[in-house]
Order: sequence, then C-alpha cells, then structure tokens
Amino acid sequence: METGIQIGDVLLVTSIMFFIGVYGFVTRKNLIAVLMSLEIIINAAAINFVLINKLVFTTNLHGVFFTFFILAVAAVEVAIGLVIILNLYRLKDSIDPEEITTLKH
Amino acid sequence: MTERIIFYILAFIMIVFSLMSVTSTKIIRSAIYLLGVLMATAGLYFLFNLNFLGAIQLTVYAGGIMVLIVIAILLTHHVGFGLPVPDKKHMILGWLAAMIGITISFFQFTTHTFKPKIGNLDDRVSKMGADMLHYGDGGFVLPFEVISILLLAGIIAAITIAKGGIPHLKKRLKSGQPTTVSSSTKKQ
Amino acid sequence: MNWSYTIWIPLLPFLSFVINGVLYNRLPKKLSGVIGTSALGVAALLSYLTAGRYFFGTTSAEGYQPILAWQSTWMHITDKLAIDMGVYLDPISIMMLVVVTTISFLVHLYSVGYMSEEEGRNRYFAWLGLFSFSMLGLVLAPNLVQTYMFWELVGVSSFLLIGYYYDKPSAVRAALKAFIVTRFADVFFLIGILLYSYYSGSFRFEDLNNIAAIQAAHSSIPVFMGLSALTWGLMLIFVGGAGKSAMFPLHIWLPDAMEGPTPVSALIHAATMVVAGVYLVARLFPAFHGSDDGFALHVVAVVGTFSSLFAAIIAMTQMDIKRVLAFSTMSQIGYMMMGLGVSGYGEEGLGYTASMFHLFTHAAFKALLFLGAGAIIHAVHSNSIKDMGGLRKYMPMTNITFLIACLAISGVPPFAGFFSKDMILEAAYEHNKLIYFTGYITAGLTAFYMFRIYFMAFWGRNRDYDHEPHDPVWSMKIPLIVLAAGSVVLGLLPFNEWVTSDLRPLHIHFDMMMAAASVGIGVIGIITAYLLYRKPSDAPDKISHSLGFVYKTVKNKFYMDELYLGITREVILKRIAAPVAWFDRHIVDGTMNLIGNTTVGLSKGIKRIQSGDFQVYAFGILIAVIFFVVLFNYFIPTI
Repeated sequence: METGIQIGDVLLVTSIMFFIGVYGFVTRKNLIAVLMSLEIIINAAAINFVLINKLVFTTNLHGVFFTFFILAVAAVEVAIGLVIILNLYRLKDSIDPEEITTLKH
Repeated sequence: MTERIIFYILAFIMIVFSLMSVTSTKIIRSAIYLLGVLMATAGLYFLFNLNFLGAIQLTVYAGGIMVLIVIAILLTHHVGFGLPVPDKKHMILGWLAAMIGITISFFQFTTHTFKPKIGNLDDRVSKMGADMLHYGDGGFVLPFEVISILLLAGIIAAITIAKGGIPHLKKRLKSGQPTTVSSSTKKQ
Repeated sequence: MNWSYTIWIPLLPFLSFVINGVLYNRLPKKLSGVIGTSALGVAALLSYLTAGRYFFGTTSAEGYQPILAWQSTWMHITDKLAIDMGVYLDPISIMMLVVVTTISFLVHLYSVGYMSEEEGRNRYFAWLGLFSFSMLGLVLAPNLVQTYMFWELVGVSSFLLIGYYYDKPSAVRAALKAFIVTRFADVFFLIGILLYSYYSGSFRFEDLNNIAAIQAAHSSIPVFMGLSALTWGLMLIFVGGAGKSAMFPLHIWLPDAMEGPTPVSALIHAATMVVAGVYLVARLFPAFHGSDDGFALHVVAVVGTFSSLFAAIIAMTQMDIKRVLAFSTMSQIGYMMMGLGVSGYGEEGLGYTASMFHLFTHAAFKALLFLGAGAIIHAVHSNSIKDMGGLRKYMPMTNITFLIACLAISGVPPFAGFFSKDMILEAAYEHNKLIYFTGYITAGLTAFYMFRIYFMAFWGRNRDYDHEPHDPVWSMKIPLIVLAAGSVVLGLLPFNEWVTSDLRPLHIHFDMMMAAASVGIGVIGIITAYLLYRKPSDAPDKISHSLGFVYKTVKNKFYMDELYLGITREVILKRIAAPVAWFDRHIVDGTMNLIGNTTVGLSKGIKRIQSGDFQVYAFGILIAVIFFVVLFNYFIPTI
C-alpha cells in the first residue's frame, strides 16, 4: 500500500507547495488570488498532518481529525474572506491588496 | 512501486499546478489550477487509503470552496481580465524567500530521524465516526461541536457582512475617516 | 553697648522699596516721595546716632575697635567655612553710613521736587530705596560674600536708575553699558574673592586683613609671575573696584550713566556707588599694604593717579555739564585711589586718612554740584553749557551754592575740599614725587574746568530764555543749602582722630608751603577760567582750534569708546564670537539636527514599512520565521 512512499519525499513536496503558496501570498496583486494561495498553504499543511499520522504516529487518528477541522476552518475562512472581498470590491471598486491600506491607520 | 509512481505523478501535479496557480495572469485559470491541486491532494488521501478524508477534500474543497471562489471571481472580474504581473523586485524577493524556506525545511526533515512506524493505523470510517462522537479519552466530540458552532457563526457572519451598511461605510471612506470595519470583520 | 538697632539703617530703605514697589499703582502720587524721604531721614538720624556713640563712646588706648553689631549665619558650608550676613561697624563703615544716608536722604528730598512732573515716580522712589538699601548693605558687610552680593545689587539698581527713562534709547544703551562694563569687572572681582579667600580660608574681613596669619597658615603660597597668589587675588578684587569706581580703563560707562535723572547721578554716580571701589580697597587696606610689600597698592596708586589726570584732561573739553561733572567725579575718585595707594600703615597712614577724608568731603560737594546742575537743567531744559549763560541773575541761590561747591573742589581754603585734597597731595609728596606732581597738575586742571562750567553757566553771555529760569522749589533748595553748608565746614572735622588705617588716632602736621602750593595751582586754574570764560569771547575757540588734533582727541575722550567698540567688533565678535557662533550653529546645532534628521529619516523608513499592505507584513513575518528557524536550529542548537 503506502510502503513505497518515502516520508521525506512527501515532506519535500508539501514544503515546496507551502512555499509556492507563500510566494503567491506575498506577490499576487489580487485578493482572490491571494486567498487561493492561502488555500495552497493550508492544503500543504493539512497533507503533513495526515502524512505524519499515517506514517509515524499510527496509534490514533489525531492527524486525520485535525485535517477535518482544518478543512472546516478553511471553508469558513474562504467563505468569510470572499464575502469581505466582495464588500471591499463594492466599497472601493478594486480588489488590489495594495489599495487596501487601512491597516496602517 | 505502483503507489510510488502514482505518488510521483500526484506530487508532480500538485507542484506544477500550484506553481501555475500562483503565477497565472488569468484569475479563472488560476482557480482551475488550484482545483487541480486540491484534487491531487484528494488523490493523495485516497492513496493513503483515507477514503473518507479524500471524499471530504473533494466535496468541501474542490466542490464547495472552489464554487465560492469562482462565484467571487465572476462577481468581481470581467471575463478574460488579465491579472497584473507583480513587479520584478517583489518577484525576486518572494522567490528568494521561498527558496530559502524550502532549503531550510529540506535540511530540517532530512537531518531529522523520524520514529519508526508503530503498528498499523486503524483508519476505518466507522472508527473515525465513533471517535468523532466519542466524549471519552481520544474522543473528538468537543472540537466537533466547536467546529459546528464555528461553521454556524461563519454562515451568519458571511450573511451579515454581505448585507452590512455599505453606503454608510462608503461615506465614511470618502470623508477620510479610517474604516475599521474591514479589519474587525476579519477577526470573525 | 547695644548696637543691634543698626540693622534698621539698611532695612528702612528696604522697607521704602517694598512699600513703593508693591503698592506701585495704589499709592497716592505725593506719598511715595514722603515714604522714601522719611525712611531715609530716620536712617540718617540713626546713623548719626551710631556715629556719635561710636566715635565719642568707644575710644580706648587701642583705638576704635570694630563691632559686629548683628550677625546671622546665612550659609553653613563646613564648620570652618560659613557665610554670614551681618552688620560690621568700624570707623570707615560708620563714615560711609553717614555719607550714604545723608546724601540719600537729601537726594530723596530733592527728588520730591525734581521728579514732581514725572510719570512713574513710585518706580523711581522704589529703586532709590533699593539702591540705598544695597549700598548700606555693602557698606556694613562683615565679609566679602555679603560685599559681593550687595555689590551686584548696587549694580542692578544703578542699571535700573540709569535706564529710568526707558523710552529713551540712549538711556537704555547707557544702562546696558554701565551694567555690562561693571559686570565684566565684577567677574574679576569674584575670581579675586575666591582666590584670596581660598588662601585666607575665610570670607571675614578680620581674617582677610590678617596677612601674617594667612602666610603662617600657608607657609608657601604659590607664586605666579613673581607675585604671590594673595597679591593676584587683591589685584583682581581691585579690578572689580575699578569697574565700579570708573577707573581707567573701565571708566567708559560713567559719562554715559549721566542719562539717568540728575538726582540719581548725584547719589549713585558721584557720592556713593562710585566710591565703593575706594571703600573696598580701604576695607582690605591692611591686606593690600601687607602682601608683597604692597605691590597691589602701587597698582592702585598708579591707576588712580593716571585716571585722575586722564579724566581731568577730558573734562576740560566736554560741553555737557553732567559729563564734565562725571569726568570730574572720575578724577576725584582717582585722587582717592591715589591717596590710598601712596599710604603706609599706622603712623604713615596719612594717605589712608586723607583718602577717606576726601571721600567724605567729595560726597558733599560733588552731590552739591550735581544737584546744582540738576537745578540748572531743570530751569534751562538742556544739558549743554552752550545753552546756558548769565544764570546768576535768575538763580541767585543756585549760583551761590554752586560757587561754594566749585571752590570746595578746587581746593580753596577754608572749604572742605582744600583740607582733604591737601592731605592727599602731602601723602603723595612723601611717597613719590611723580605721583605728587601729577596730582598737583590735576588739581590745577580741576579748578580750571570747574570754573569753566561755572563761568559759562552763571556768567558769560546773557541769553533770552523761553521760560525765565528761576531758583528751584524748597524741597530742592534745602538739600543745596545743607550740602553747601557741609562743603564749607566739613573740612574742619578732626578726621585724623577717627578714621585711620590702624584705628588709632593719627598725628598730622600741617605743611604751610605745601598748602600754599596747592592753593596756588587752584587759583591759577580759576584765574585762567575767569579770563577765558568770564566774558563771552572767542578766545577758547581759538585756543582749541590752534590745538587742532589734540583737542579733537581729548574731546572724543581719547577715543576710548571707539577703541572698546573696535575691540568688541573686530576681536570679540569676529575672532571669538563668530567662530563660537559657527561652532554652535554647525557642530552643536548640527548634532541636534543630525539626531532630528536621523529620527525623521528613520521614521520615514519605518513609515514605508508600515504601508498597511498586508502582503508586506506577511513577507516580514516570513523573513522573521526563517530567521528564527535558522537561529535556533543552527546557531543556538541547545535550546
């Protein structure tokens, strides 16, 4: 079954995914694209939970459950994030993160 | 061996698609690439023999979330609208940071010796369901309830924000007052 | 005997100052003068009482002993070193007490009439009170610190009174000039006090004057340029005294100080404050005499003699009546300094007694001259003697008193000036022929320039005045009469019995030849003035024309003011102030600006980071995470 898969390989893949997501998060000029990069990041992290649960700590299902919850939180986050983005779009007619600078106040 | 090949294919898809997703200049394509990443992740879960998790990944992520994203894109973008390319400085800095991060984590998990696997994981769906509703040791009933309340709160928050006093906000924005609404709603 | 009431002598003027100053606007117009005059009147009576009790009640075989009438420790520094405030009575302080209170009282009385039309009389009387208080405090000081304190107070009240007409730019400038020049000298005074007191270990006069004890305590007092530190300290103290007493070259403020009201000139710049320097030297006379064979005393003598001649020469050419009197004051103070400078101690202390005697008589006749000049100015509304002439018909009373004062200052017997001046010349003759000769010439010049203004003002041309001049009101007349009487009789006082360097009575012999010689030169001066100025003629103009350059130089006061101005501009401003200003602007301010600009620059940089762009923040977080991961994994692995 999973015997052929090396733990290091998966970790490498997920860390590459994670940092690609990070790259997207800091460079994209569109809030929805930023949110999508965030999804990649979350996904990479979630895979790691499952992986470690499956390949190292096999006595219980904590990693899997954590991934469930991550999925749920990600769903909520995306839903609310998109609503906020829509609101911002209505407010400013733009979803360029460089124009959302209210944080500096 | 077959698993390995399948894993490599999935890994290839995940990496390439996520790369495409963060670099594509068309937002809708970017979303489709993201969908590919999420589906490949689901495939990985299937490969790990976690069918239930893979199914959830497909339905919640690839189904629900992607639909939300696509609708949001349709609401905020004209079709065929090109995304601006990030400027060179940001790109180089971002890649540099990402590379350093990858290198460091690579060294981290290659130098780390993982504990050997202890027995086999009891990953039957019935076991998962029992654990989910079990309130004793190793049970997840409390987080389960918390997550359901969170979901409920998320739905209510989304409705509230989507409805909420935009003209009023717009007026405040024009008069130059800082709008703290967006940041406070993010907290929810 | 109980002397503690003497504390009221300085306190009464202080009371007048406080009342007039605090109730400045609420006091009825006439009352301020009454308060000031009565306070000084009582103070004068008290000081007469003190003088009588002291000189006729405490004599003994040892002479007059100093009395510490009242004392309180002001600053307790160590057990050995404390600064006291007190009232110190000895012959010279009592003599000064009498002089200051009398002149101050008369000037107050005179001012009631003189200032009757002025606005802000209350301010004037308040400051007069302050001045009298500080002068009395200075006179009665038992130690150098109190002296210095009141010395500065006197300077301040002098500044305030010179600048009384503060809407007149020249008065403001004169006040500033007086203050700055005397303050400049006072810096040296302070250094001198510290230097001298460091070696004597005390601020008290009885310790300061005990040279033998000081030298015993410090067996090797450091020597600088051949003179001991004590002498240097005394010379620095003398610089302070020279500043206050307008000795060359610190005299430049005195002529300008005549911008103040004339009674003020009479009080401060003729009779009391300007003799503070003389008083100071007299106070420390045993120290001056004892240290380094009296080298400092030689300096005093030379400076005094030179100033005396210098001022007398300038006085001959001045046209402003008050300025002539100012230079005459400077000249007479030079005389007093000369007297002190040529004096010995004990049986040879003729110069000391003569100097104090001259101080005493000079106060009377110089105050009279100023008050008379004030009466003339009050009547003619001009300071220039060119605008005067023929006044004897209009102001007979002023004429007589002014003439008495002129005779007194010229040293004509039996007026007061004759005795004191003759004594000084006699002392100088015994000490040094050159000093004597200079003083002798100066006596002639004095007679000449005094009678020059006398004849020009009261005789000379008859003029048509817009308002007919007349003798002043009675409150101004009384001081004139009193002072004129004083100028006549004061010379007969047995000063040698009372005021001597070693406090014991001094035996003097009267040298007929010497007296005749000094009277002779005075008479020559008077006759010359009579010939030149009795009738209006162009002879004086011809003489001054023929002198040409010399006359011009003298008339411009030897260009001393210009010299100071030049030194200030060229040396101090350009060579010192400008680099300092440059340093201040570029280095000091530059440092501050650098700090400020760096802060602004930093904040600008930080502001750019705080762009509100969450992606930048996220990037920051990423960098920080990477940094800490690297740090804790590879550099601090033990954690």
